[in-house]
Amino acid sequence: MTLLAPEQDVTAGSLHTKRLPAWAALATAVVALALSAALVLGTGIGNWVLVVVLGAVLYLIGFWLAANAVEGPRSARNRTWSALIHSACVLAILPLASVTWTLISNGINRLDGNFFLTSMNNIGARDANGGAYHAIVGTLEQVGIAALITIPLGVLGAIYLVEYGRGKLSLAIRFFVDVMTGIPSIVAGLFVLAFWVLIVSPLFNNGQPQYSGFAAALALSVLMLPTIVRSTEEMLRLVPAPLREGAYALGVPKWKTILRIVIPTALPGIVTGIMLSIARAAGETAPVLLVAGGTAAINFNPFENNQSSLSLFVFSQATDSSRFSPDRAWTAALTLVALVLILTIAAKLLARRNRLTR
Amino acid sequence: MAKRVEATNVNAYYGSFKAIEDVNIVVEPKTVTALIGPSGCGKSTFLRSINRMHEVLPNARVEGTLTLDQENIYDKHVDVTAVRRLIGMVFQRPNPFPTMSIFDNVVAGLKLNGVNKKAVLQEAAEKSLRSANLWDEVKDRLDKPGAGLSGGQQQRLCIARTIAVEPQVVLMDEPCSALDPISTLAIEDLIFKLKDRFTIIIVTHNMQQAARVSDRTAFFSIERTGDPGRLIEYDDTQKIFSNPSVKKTEDYITGRFG
Amino acid sequence: MGDTPPRSVDASAGGPGAHSTRAAGAAASSDGPTDNNGRGGGSSLPRAKAFGAEPAFRGLTQASGIMVLVIIVAIAVFLISEAIPALRANQENFFTFNEWHAQSSDPRFGIAAIVFGTVLSAVIALVVAVPIALGIALFLSHYAHRRIATWLGFVIDLLAAVPSVVFGLWGRSVFIEPVRDFSVWLNHYFSWIPLFGGNGPFGNSILLGSLVLAIMVLPIVTSLSREVFMQTPKQNEEAALALGATKWEMVRTAVLPYGRPGVIAAVMLGLGRALGETIALAMTLGSSFIITANVIQNGGVTIASNIANGFGEADDIGRGALIASGLVLFTITLVVNMIARVIIYRRREFTDVAA
Repeated sequence: MTLLAPEQDVTAGSLHTKRLPAWAALATAVVALALSAALVLGTGIGNWVLVVVLGAVLYLIGFWLAANAVEGPRSARNRTWSALIHSACVLAILPLASVTWTLISNGINRLDGNFFLTSMNNIGARDANGGAYHAIVGTLEQVGIAALITIPLGVLGAIYLVEYGRGKLSLAIRFFVDVMTGIPSIVAGLFVLAFWVLIVSPLFNNGQPQYSGFAAALALSVLMLPTIVRSTEEMLRLVPAPLREGAYALGVPKWKTILRIVIPTALPGIVTGIMLSIARAAGETAPVLLVAGGTAAINFNPFENNQSSLSLFVFSQATDSSRFSPDRAWTAALTLVALVLILTIAAKLLARRNRLTR
Repeated sequence: MAKRVEATNVNAYYGSFKAIEDVNIVVEPKTVTALIGPSGCGKSTFLRSINRMHEVLPNARVEGTLTLDQENIYDKHVDVTAVRRLIGMVFQRPNPFPTMSIFDNVVAGLKLNGVNKKAVLQEAAEKSLRSANLWDEVKDRLDKPGAGLSGGQQQRLCIARTIAVEPQVVLMDEPCSALDPISTLAIEDLIFKLKDRFTIIIVTHNMQQAARVSDRTAFFSIERTGDPGRLIEYDDTQKIFSNPSVKKTEDYITGRFG
Repeated sequence: MGDTPPRSVDASAGGPGAHSTRAAGAAASSDGPTDNNGRGGGSSLPRAKAFGAEPAFRGLTQASGIMVLVIIVAIAVFLISEAIPALRANQENFFTFNEWHAQSSDPRFGIAAIVFGTVLSAVIALVVAVPIALGIALFLSHYAHRRIATWLGFVIDLLAAVPSVVFGLWGRSVFIEPVRDFSVWLNHYFSWIPLFGGNGPFGNSILLGSLVLAIMVLPIVTSLSREVFMQTPKQNEEAALALGATKWEMVRTAVLPYGRPGVIAAVMLGLGRALGETIALAMTLGSSFIITANVIQNGGVTIASNIANGFGEADDIGRGALIASGLVLFTITLVVNMIARVIIYRRREFTDVAA
């Protein structure tokens, strides 16, 4: 009658299966570790790290064998995959913990007033002080200008896609917005280098290429635009149609409906998307490196002369040979991460309070 | 092939909410038992408790004893997957695996159980599809996706998939509620035919359907929203629909409540 | 809601289709671009203005949308125009030469080594990151307790927000130690495998760069895959369980096949990110223009890291040469991203049909 092989055919009285006892996992782990330690340390082929790694591998094999013998192949496979999936998480947590720990423990060394209030101007290789004031100014100005450029452009573009766009043009725009999110930041930097620094800026600067904070802002804009369009578009699509129709029925023109009804309804979500893209832009290094020029001095004017930025500061200090520069790099990195994460977390909290996405 | 299902003092919970309370019922082999009652009375919850699908939901649990031929399926040494293979289930909405062909859908359960011989699978697929009254309609397109069939065909495909692993009990959770009347009729014919081989328990909202297909009927109800569902009356279908012994059953059958 | 006044159907702003209700709504407004057919005679309704607020606003939004296309085209045009002089001056074959001596006198440069390094580091990064990312994604979607999943998912999202320069700094000054030890160990016992040969020094290698890259790609692949895994229809999961599948078998029959296109797209997006990553690699790789399978010796260079490292001392021809290499990177990532997007779009249609 039955198609299944005898050992797989569950008939009366065989609902009960032998289960691996709870202590089996622990016992396997202990045996695996001991075996691995004996093997590795006995032959001297490695240190405790190899003991742990080999122990984990032996554990998985041993556990699979035990489960296979007691509970059968299907259950063994199930348990082994579950163990693998859990170990993937442990594996990912390790570098994360290391980054967090080193960032904080190294970053606090220079977390002082001097760091935030001075620049690197006239700081030599033997000077322990010096700070990131100029870099912070640069980051804020560049990201601010980029935001001023991209927010209206991005939001209007998204409005076009959602409210007006039909046919091939909007399909093409949507597709290339998605594609544009994947453009490497260095390419955006090269583009602004080719377009603004080498071709346009000489027109205002007696024929000499002009590196500037504004050029960096342009490069950041290229990176921010697609993410803002995308997130705004998604939020606008969530605005219920009856809301629009209610306004139309009152004789409110479409553009007014969009500005007065649709945008305010979607605003929290739009702001979330904007904040996330600002956070991402603030951490970009490559485009700033190419077009802002970098400087050790404070320069408040984003349109003239070189500027630095926090991320560029981290890069330059990390590759500097002074023995004081690593501390400055770590503190700047900590500042940068704090800035980015505060923006990100604030954006996510705002998203949680968003009525449309709940 | 078919087995007796016996529930003793069964309670089922979603977190702290008690969905059914103190259900006692005996379902004889090779019969069709219909579970009827108003929405939220716990009949689907009880059905899902029978093959331990209830506990799949987060924080859901079952108390009491449920036996399959005297074997408690909630015993802690019982293998859940074995329970579910012996007690198959057909769901409210047809749910063929969208990425699989018709053939692969039917033999999905067999493959899980380690059957890999092509000839065996083919024979099993044909047998199950014939049993599910679907063979003639799909025999020429077994390699096409199962999601391309009509709703009624999809549901029969799901029944074929369920019976392909040769279960002893088949649970059906409102199998026709998403189907048109003609497909519903086809499924009802099928239930009648499958009765020879399986113990069938079916939840339905449709009282005519319960009257048409079942031998025995269990009526579930709740006092108020938030109260647990209870088994009010369990008897031969004919008796339930002609001369119920509980007033509440009569009210429900005659449409005065529910 | 759908009471479209027949009078304005043919003239409504958006035209017919799924949004006709909205367009019909606009028809009720007096200065919407609705009545331009002007139905002569008895109509007392004002005509739509050709130069009013509505067309102006519409034009403004359209222009903003078109900006995206303009920028994409402009990127290609300006990179090409700046690259051409350098490519003309180049004394070697741009595609097959593997060294980079790009200066005004006797410029000789080619992308063979840097493209090789770019692809190699990205592939190693993905080989390491994708299995782990899929494991975490499954953990978050199907294995973890709900509260842990929310918390861990949040942390993964934050990890994605950490700037690459921070990973570069960490890789360069912290992660390099264990990687160097590991490289020495590999070299000691496995030097007969070409990947792990060489006489050192070890540390600032493709291996270090790829592992840092893997950590950076991990959150992207994880969060995208988690999303598609979570979208698996509950009913299919239940169908598998009801057939007596174990949890892993349920994942294999219902979750993985359903999520496959989405996972492929996620991996492609991760690949795009890995190919274009600049600063982290500029800070960890040892920069050598040798094409070798050896992954543990100091060395390795990618298109992006070469631009970042070489830009400082580049003259006109040097800049042009770097821009030319950037154009190659742009093309590669554009192709990878377009493939990923096409997969996602196809999948969207597929799930729409299934729903």
